[in-house]
Amino acid sequence: MSLVNVSNLGKAYRSYRSEWQRIARWFFIPLKPSAEHWILEGVSFTIEAGEAIGIVGKNGAGKSTLLKMITGTLQPTQGNVQINGRISAILELGMGFNPELTGRQNVLHVAGLMGFSSEQIEAVMPEIEAFAEIGEYFDSHVRTYSSGMQMRIAFAVATAFRPDVLIVDEALSVGDAYFQAKCYKRISEFKEQGTALILVSHSPGDVVKHCERAIMLKDGRVEMDGPSRDVTNRYLDELFGKKAQLKAVSAEVDQQLSEQMLASDADEFHTRPGYRKEEYRWGHQGATILDYLTVSEGVQYPSQIESNSPVDFYFKVRFDQNCESVVPGFLIKTLEGIFLYGTNSFLAGKGTDEISAKAGEIKVFRFSVPMHLNDGHYLVSFGVSSGNPLQELQPLDRRYDSVLLKVNRSMQFSGIVDMQSSFSECGRHLEVLSK
Amino acid sequence: MLGMLRGLWNYRNFVVTSIRNEFIARFSRSKLGGLWMIIHPLAQVAIYALILSNVLGAKLPGIDNKYAYALYLMAGMLAWNLFAEVVSRCLSLFIEQGNLMKKMSFPRITLPVIVVGSALLNNLLLFIAVITVFAILGQSPSVQMLWLLPLTLAVIALAVGIGLILGVLNVFLRDIGQVVPIILQVWFWFTPIVYSVNIIPDYIKGSLSANPMYPIVTAYHDVLVYERTPDLNEAGIITVVALVLMVIGLFMFRRASAEMVDSL
Repeated sequence: MSLVNVSNLGKAYRSYRSEWQRIARWFFIPLKPSAEHWILEGVSFTIEAGEAIGIVGKNGAGKSTLLKMITGTLQPTQGNVQINGRISAILELGMGFNPELTGRQNVLHVAGLMGFSSEQIEAVMPEIEAFAEIGEYFDSHVRTYSSGMQMRIAFAVATAFRPDVLIVDEALSVGDAYFQAKCYKRISEFKEQGTALILVSHSPGDVVKHCERAIMLKDGRVEMDGPSRDVTNRYLDELFGKKAQLKAVSAEVDQQLSEQMLASDADEFHTRPGYRKEEYRWGHQGATILDYLTVSEGVQYPSQIESNSPVDFYFKVRFDQNCESVVPGFLIKTLEGIFLYGTNSFLAGKGTDEISAKAGEIKVFRFSVPMHLNDGHYLVSFGVSSGNPLQELQPLDRRYDSVLLKVNRSMQFSGIVDMQSSFSECGRHLEVLSK
Repeated sequence: MLGMLRGLWNYRNFVVTSIRNEFIARFSRSKLGGLWMIIHPLAQVAIYALILSNVLGAKLPGIDNKYAYALYLMAGMLAWNLFAEVVSRCLSLFIEQGNLMKKMSFPRITLPVIVVGSALLNNLLLFIAVITVFAILGQSPSVQMLWLLPLTLAVIALAVGIGLILGVLNVFLRDIGQVVPIILQVWFWFTPIVYSVNIIPDYIKGSLSANPMYPIVTAYHDVLVYERTPDLNEAGIITVVALVLMVIGLFMFRRASAEMVDSL
């Protein structure tokens, strides 16, 4: 017998021509709703004891609706959910908390909301207090808490008694790294004792780390159910739009790609996968960056790039004035804005001849960079300037932080840049043992 | 129905802590704290007693006591406050607790029970204030006051019935939440609480029988002011009406429970 059995689950929101028709239906008057809006349809899966399942999907894919039906707050329109055990869910941070009460009082209250008696809660209160590790704040009003502290209490209460099914919806992300690790440790202890975990996270890394299996929802249906690595890859492709992808096969890739890019002179930058509309764009005009292309290992616009693999960044510029000397530039930053590496044609091209451009001319430039970076997201900027690179440069068009790049690395090191250290044990001294 | 009761029993701890927390939260940042729970009703009753009797010199026909009118008013208020508090809180209950109902799985029936519990506690405090002031004004508690127990239950049944029906409808038709407070005001003045029933013109008197709060308030007057047994006939009919309304309310609540969460 499975712990959770979801069969053909569906949820529709019904609307009526008038709310009175809805009310009349309660009194067994058969009236048809004027419209049905299906949020979730035909979802089936089972979860066994001790299994951890990640649920991924874009906003609006139906994740929350599914969780609410498993938790039991929302009634399915079709199909059913069968749960053989007790369920504990953290669907929203600090749910049921009263800001005017102390942490301790809220623990009693929320545990009551979960159906426990005061005696049961009092018995585990010291454990909850110890687990949350918020010190004196435990007896202060919750209104003085940070969201991380609220989450500490919420998690400590929700897991004070081992549930058979634990549902966590994003809530853990507000905790600091130390407490998150502590939560996951408790979760894995529970798993060994047979608790099933359902984790919803927008971080594919978390899903891969903590779940063996994942389910991807798309438009209210199960798009994929399988090993979490495969499902999250599929999810990332979906997010960053791998549909536009073409495999580049020829050896004259460069030639082909630049021809491909030169085929149109429209401004398509903002339509490309990974484009960030929050980009910061400035310059004195005179040139316009029209398009860009990333290629890694023959894949165009890869949804993620394996750490240390070479990446080609192409970008297409239209010049609106004659320039004696133009200098294309490229910059990569962390999400926090730390400059990791910036270069330009002069620096990277090691003094190649000056590039000149005529008004109306369109050129494609390429920077090839091996991604010696840790797992994470990075911001890419493109720019083009005119002038002498040794003296002052006039920025023509700069598109700062215009592309988001995901670097994937399963074996992570600490820090940001992979300086590619090697290691060896060199020489040892042997004590001569006297016999 | 049995499931409802079982759920309620399993969650009794939640109900009790919710009621207690409500009071703790209300007074949490005040110096006197819980004392305010008794100061408020006492002040309310004392103001009515002193202003009406001494300043306005309002008199109640048929009773000698100078404070009779104040007593009369307080008795009526005791009944009306309970009724109005339960109805108006049930009215917005599901909307206010919408997020909780969406995110936590617990028996929903606990929500109106918490409202009733805290309203009863408020009412008890008001009652203590009333008999204290009554005693000071020379009306000592009588055995007839025991009638207040069944009467309170009748008020609760009536208020929960009406409150649940309106509260459920309010989730779908939000205008109800706006119109009911107005109706409650009109209803208050249509019930002989501030005035004596004798001063109503005859042609309106007939319509009083359509007001379910009229027999209840009258019974409160009988018990507290005139110290006599209330008219059991009338009170009995109202109790039946109240119970029927409560069953309808619970029925609608059950039928609408699932859709309510969708709409919130």
